[in-house]
Amino acid sequence: MKFTLIENLGYRSLVVVEHLGRIAQFALRITACLLVPPYRFRRLVGDVYDAGVLSLPVVCLSGAVVGGTLSLLGYTTLVRFGAEEALGALVGLAVIRELGPVLTALLVTGRAGSAFAAEIATMVTTEQLDGLRMMSVDPVDFVVSPKALALLIAMPLLAGLFAVFALMGGYGIAVGLLGVDGGSFMASMEGSVKFWNDVIGSFSKAITFGALTGLIATYRGYISEPTAAGVSAATTGTVVIGSVTILVFDFFLNGFWGV
Amino acid sequence: MSEPREPEFRIAFDGVSLKRGDRVIFDGLSCGFPRGRVSVVLGGSGAGKSTLIRMIGGLQRPDSGVVRVADEDITRYSERELFKVRDRIGMLFQGGALLDSMTVAENVALPLREHTRLSEKDIEAEVDRRLVAVGLSDAGQLYPRELSGGMSRRAALARAIVMDPEILLVDEPFSGLDPINVRRIEALLVDLNRHLDLTLIVTSHHMASSIRMADRLVFMVDGIAIAGPPDELLKNSDERIVEFLVAESDSFAEHHELDVTPLMDRRTLPDRRKKS
Ligand SMILES: Nc1ncnc2c1ncn2[C@@H]1O[C@H](COP(=O)(O)OP(=O)(O)OP(=O)(O)O)[C@@H](O)[C@H]1O
Ligand SMILES: [Mg+2]
Repeated sequence: MKFTLIENLGYRSLVVVEHLGRIAQFALRITACLLVPPYRFRRLVGDVYDAGVLSLPVVCLSGAVVGGTLSLLGYTTLVRFGAEEALGALVGLAVIRELGPVLTALLVTGRAGSAFAAEIATMVTTEQLDGLRMMSVDPVDFVVSPKALALLIAMPLLAGLFAVFALMGGYGIAVGLLGVDGGSFMASMEGSVKFWNDVIGSFSKAITFGALTGLIATYRGYISEPTAAGVSAATTGTVVIGSVTILVFDFFLNGFWGV
Repeated sequence: MSEPREPEFRIAFDGVSLKRGDRVIFDGLSCGFPRGRVSVVLGGSGAGKSTLIRMIGGLQRPDSGVVRVADEDITRYSERELFKVRDRIGMLFQGGALLDSMTVAENVALPLREHTRLSEKDIEAEVDRRLVAVGLSDAGQLYPRELSGGMSRRAALARAIVMDPEILLVDEPFSGLDPINVRRIEALLVDLNRHLDLTLIVTSHHMASSIRMADRLVFMVDGIAIAGPPDELLKNSDERIVEFLVAESDSFAEHHELDVTPLMDRRTLPDRRKKS
């Protein structure tokens, strides 16, 4: 069979639209499973623990390094305008409003999201999900929904942790290396970061990203082909689709949020 | 294949067809499995035995035709409706399908935890009973990755019978088992069938135990099924059955000279190896 370019494009857009519809349906199913008993607290706690433990080291380390980098970069820029006392404001706003939630979401997608997708895909391959179905247990209820909710819960916590480490890294570099006055660094940060707008906004962003990552990772694992190649496709697919989706949503969220 | 008197079928296939890609797997397959009896499904590798079992469980829908389980046409059932039917079915998957994040005991306990209000103590007792029955009394705390193939299949069998189902589907229970465990599982299945009036469907390559157990044999050949009581079928003149039986039986080698000369003729290969 031969397709023209246009036909191919049309077919591909149809596939994308179909997947979007299925993801929306899947999201509704997960929500229903989470709202209707039985509530699977033990599985949820286990999955939050997994997601957290998997991502903790990478999130903390990246946070510290990103904060330090921001200080270096911000200082070289600000010092040209003689405005280095504004470094605290710059680091604080950049970390809390933007880099905390976005970078955490990318890291968690790459670490915990891909791991969850691979785990679910493996369960498809080894007929574990069919095994559950034959025991009249809905795999979306038993396996998928705790994992999706776990990512939603873990994301804001990890984003908060990222922000804390980034601010510490930024402070350390500014005060320890660049000789900025610690008191004025903190004062400038406190003066510019607003709790209701910036901190709560950042928190909502992280929750949105957590929901997206949870949905994409579990969906991609759930629909995977029952082969080894299917498992690896689910993993890479989660990382690629998840990361791009997070960046696109971040753009629009920033647009609606206002500066 | 007409039978003298129609037994009461617990499960029936009627004109079921299925294609996977370009491959025809079932081509108008019709057969029945009588209530409270042991039916053994025989057929070569790839004949569609596992697919047949999965269809009874509603995991695979036919392209056309009707699958009846306990007098219900499940072909168009939703997942929710299928759950009602599956409450009466226990199933052993060919690969076991144990949840690998849980121990054997937790796997076996799962249906009890999900569908009963038994206390933890009662659950433990029920689980132990089943594990003893399949000869795994001291494997309860192991994880599936720590089990051999035969052990995980027996653990999965314990899980399949823990809810005392009316219908038990077992896919290849004997493969990979030593003779003692073949006997043990065979005795267990026959016992369950006798005492609980269980409708049992077993797929197997293991001819001896199949014929010992079976009230009814179902041969899968060329996308259809030929079914009947064993003595009748074994006398049957259908050459596809005879061919299968002869091939499976031990006396096969005496009657047929297997032509393996094409494999033996390898002298030319060394010359054709890539030189490094
Ligand atoms: N996902 C699939 N896609 C395409 N064909 C499939 C798929 N699964 C199974 N088949 C085909 O269906 C046929 C029946 O497979 P099935 O697993 O039911 O055989 P079986 O009789 O159980 O074999 P075995 O004795 O080896 O377990 C095979 O010919 C196989 O090629
Ligand atoms: Mg099979």
